[in-house]
Amino acid sequence: MAIKWPLFFHKLGSPRWFYRIGGMWLPWMAALTSLLLLVGAVWGLAFAPEDFKQGNSYRIIYVHVPAAFIALAGYYVMALAGAVSLIWKMKVADIVLKCAAPIGAAMTVLALFSGAVWGKPTWGTWWVWDARNTSMLVLLFLYLGIYALYNSFEREEQAAKVCAVLALVGTVNIPIIYKSVDWWFTLHQPATLKITQASSMHASMWQPLLVMIAGFYLLYATLLIQRVRVEVLYRERRTRWVRDIVLQAGSVRK
Amino acid sequence: MLGPEQVPGSLEATAGTLRRDLLLAYRRRGDIINPLVFALIVVTLFPLGIGPGERLLAEIAPGLVWVVALLACLLSTDSIFRDDYLDGSLQQMLLSPQPGYFLVQAKVVVHWLVSGLPVTLMAPLLGLMLSMPGGGYLPLLVSLLFGTISLSMIGAIGAGLTVGLKRGGVLVALIVLPLYIPVMIFGSGAVVAGCEGRPYSGQLAVLVALTVLASVLAPLAITGALRINMDD
Repeated sequence: MAIKWPLFFHKLGSPRWFYRIGGMWLPWMAALTSLLLLVGAVWGLAFAPEDFKQGNSYRIIYVHVPAAFIALAGYYVMALAGAVSLIWKMKVADIVLKCAAPIGAAMTVLALFSGAVWGKPTWGTWWVWDARNTSMLVLLFLYLGIYALYNSFEREEQAAKVCAVLALVGTVNIPIIYKSVDWWFTLHQPATLKITQASSMHASMWQPLLVMIAGFYLLYATLLIQRVRVEVLYRERRTRWVRDIVLQAGSVRK
Repeated sequence: MLGPEQVPGSLEATAGTLRRDLLLAYRRRGDIINPLVFALIVVTLFPLGIGPGERLLAEIAPGLVWVVALLACLLSTDSIFRDDYLDGSLQQMLLSPQPGYFLVQAKVVVHWLVSGLPVTLMAPLLGLMLSMPGGGYLPLLVSLLFGTISLSMIGAIGAGLTVGLKRGGVLVALIVLPLYIPVMIFGSGAVVAGCEGRPYSGQLAVLVALTVLASVLAPLAITGALRINMDD
């Protein structure tokens, strides 16, 4: 039995339609992203109360936690795009897979870096081999693996499929890696280290955090759509519709 | 053309692949020795690098032996499918009426027999060189025996993904090493527990579970990866 997909889904699968629909969404998404990030950042950095123990240094949480969220979610976006590409052989899914990898890797680096900056005043060192740090580092390696694998293939189509398989393997492995690192850490846990529990935060602290997380999700979506559109233009450069767009843009400039 | 009654069944084809790959490995015996020598040399480097103090070495020995064994297994991973890909027999294998799943599994098992198993058998010697405490040797043997199977299975995914490239080498290591982490954590965890005289059956149970999981799921990913590399 054939599943009836809405027309919308099929349209997103076509590069040309994705370019158009994405182009329509993009200004709104960018505006909303800037608004959320601005509100969240000002609220979190200036108006949220100071932490009893950590003072002002805890405020890096407003960058660190959203970045870490996106880092993990980005991997699943990539794997999902890979699955779609393998199952339905959609061109756009291939491109999403390719474009999601560097953004996700960048977010992972941001999460690791902000974690290190936060760790210095809190734990006294830049780096602690605790469960979360280690899992994030491994996640970065998984991203880098995808990136390296993609770039070593000459044919984009083949590269996307191979990376889709690797992303799916990684998806199966991420929970296993996370759990095993967690288990490893509880075995070696030094008594001095205590991580702030998110649930014990006061409402005035986590409300701006929620805004920031929403803002980061939108930022991710905006960046991804923009990157995908650019890549679509490049790959479809020999088609008539891209030539029309380019000609149009050229005539406007004149 | 063979009639339908003359086509070998899955079991025969798998046994045939096993026999063929074992024979090939036997004809190139030198390749089996190289990872072992590599492991010996790396283990020798550690006392030279950090000093010959027995207590320090004994403390880091369990993890060290596991890491060295892991790297030794990784060395030959790149070439699991390479020769068969280049001479075209891999393509015939995947085109054959028998399921590629079992044929690929057989090839990985042979790879384990000529890489993981010898490294496992040599591991106690490596432990001895690093003055590992006596309680660690049994968990070391058992954990490596099962652990190296999953290492071969996971490594073969990397080999399958990169088989069409001219040079896999470092790329395979880059892809595969992060996926090795859970196996290594529980493997070395069991050895550490054994050295300290604590029970280690829990870690071994998880390790065997991981091995079963890898042996069942990895061939799916490997055949998928090989097929993608085939359609040129």
